[in-house]
Amino acid sequence: MATVNDPREDPRLARLLEAIQSGLPLTPRPYAELGERVGLSEGEVVDTVSRWVREGLIKRLGVVVRHRPLGYRANAMVVWDVPDDRVGDIGRRMSAHEFVTLCYRRPRRGEDWPYNLFCMIHGRDRHSVNAQIELLAEACGLTDTPRAVLFSSRCFKQRGARYLAEVPSGDTRSGRMRPA
Amino acid sequence: MATALSVLQQHLLNDFQRDLPLTPTPYREMADALGVDEEAVLSHLQSLQTGGVISRVGPVFAPNRLGASTLAAVAVPPERLEEVAALVNTYAEVNHNYEREHRYNLWFVLTARDEARLSEVLAQIEAATGLPVLSLPLLEEFHIDLGFPLRWED
Repeated sequence: MATVNDPREDPRLARLLEAIQSGLPLTPRPYAELGERVGLSEGEVVDTVSRWVREGLIKRLGVVVRHRPLGYRANAMVVWDVPDDRVGDIGRRMSAHEFVTLCYRRPRRGEDWPYNLFCMIHGRDRHSVNAQIELLAEACGLTDTPRAVLFSSRCFKQRGARYLAEVPSGDTRSGRMRPA
Repeated sequence: MATALSVLQQHLLNDFQRDLPLTPTPYREMADALGVDEEAVLSHLQSLQTGGVISRVGPVFAPNRLGASTLAAVAVPPERLEEVAALVNTYAEVNHNYEREHRYNLWFVLTARDEARLSEVLAQIEAATGLPVLSLPLLEEFHIDLGFPLRWED
């Protein structure tokens, strides 16, 4: 996926990538401030970030909310064992539901882990998440498909991914979740 | 609900999860769109970030475009869970680490500069814990991340 301005080949872009991962400064000219830190002009930062968005390296740029403080206390990873030749269709159909926040195909690992489709569901409580899972199963024709529901019970670490550089984890949050 | 949010805060949380203006003054543009001044936008974003309601205003990167990543799972004997979770957390490559209710009870996301480093960390965790690690890298992504619509009414 190398492009002309691949951050792996231009140290200033690598520094920008590292700097922007922890978020934009909350100051009137955030791109100028980032640029000062990494040796780029404000215009170069805006152009580079725009290109990263256009090329899909950045999936979205905006306010990244934490679900739990907002009352979304239940979070389930639901894994399904669906026929390989239908996983694309089913995955795309699943993703159309707005309560599905992630949906991926991943490899099976033998009889121990037979699941090839993963989705993540956030809800206010366990009851509403379970109701959404039933709705999803019906909408996708998966009521008789083997699945497992893995509610999260404790968060040991949560922060944005860090690429390229190894930086200390600044905004690690850890704590027991309220049972929901 | 942990926090009582003002209408302005609700708009800040919901309306700008994507498409933050890519102009020199994005917060002023947000303020204009909401009919408030830039100072109010900045101070509310600051307090939402300090309070842990938002993790950042910034990018969400596509997985696997830079470096390598995987979702890993370990079946940890319950009495060892905290010890193993703490060991996993010592790696800067780990960005999410959760207990989940399953025989595979510890789930973490590893993001490294390349496949070699990813394998190295997985091997080190296996060696240090004596527990096998299930590595489940992403093969195909179906969901397009548009943010998550928040509902305020309870």
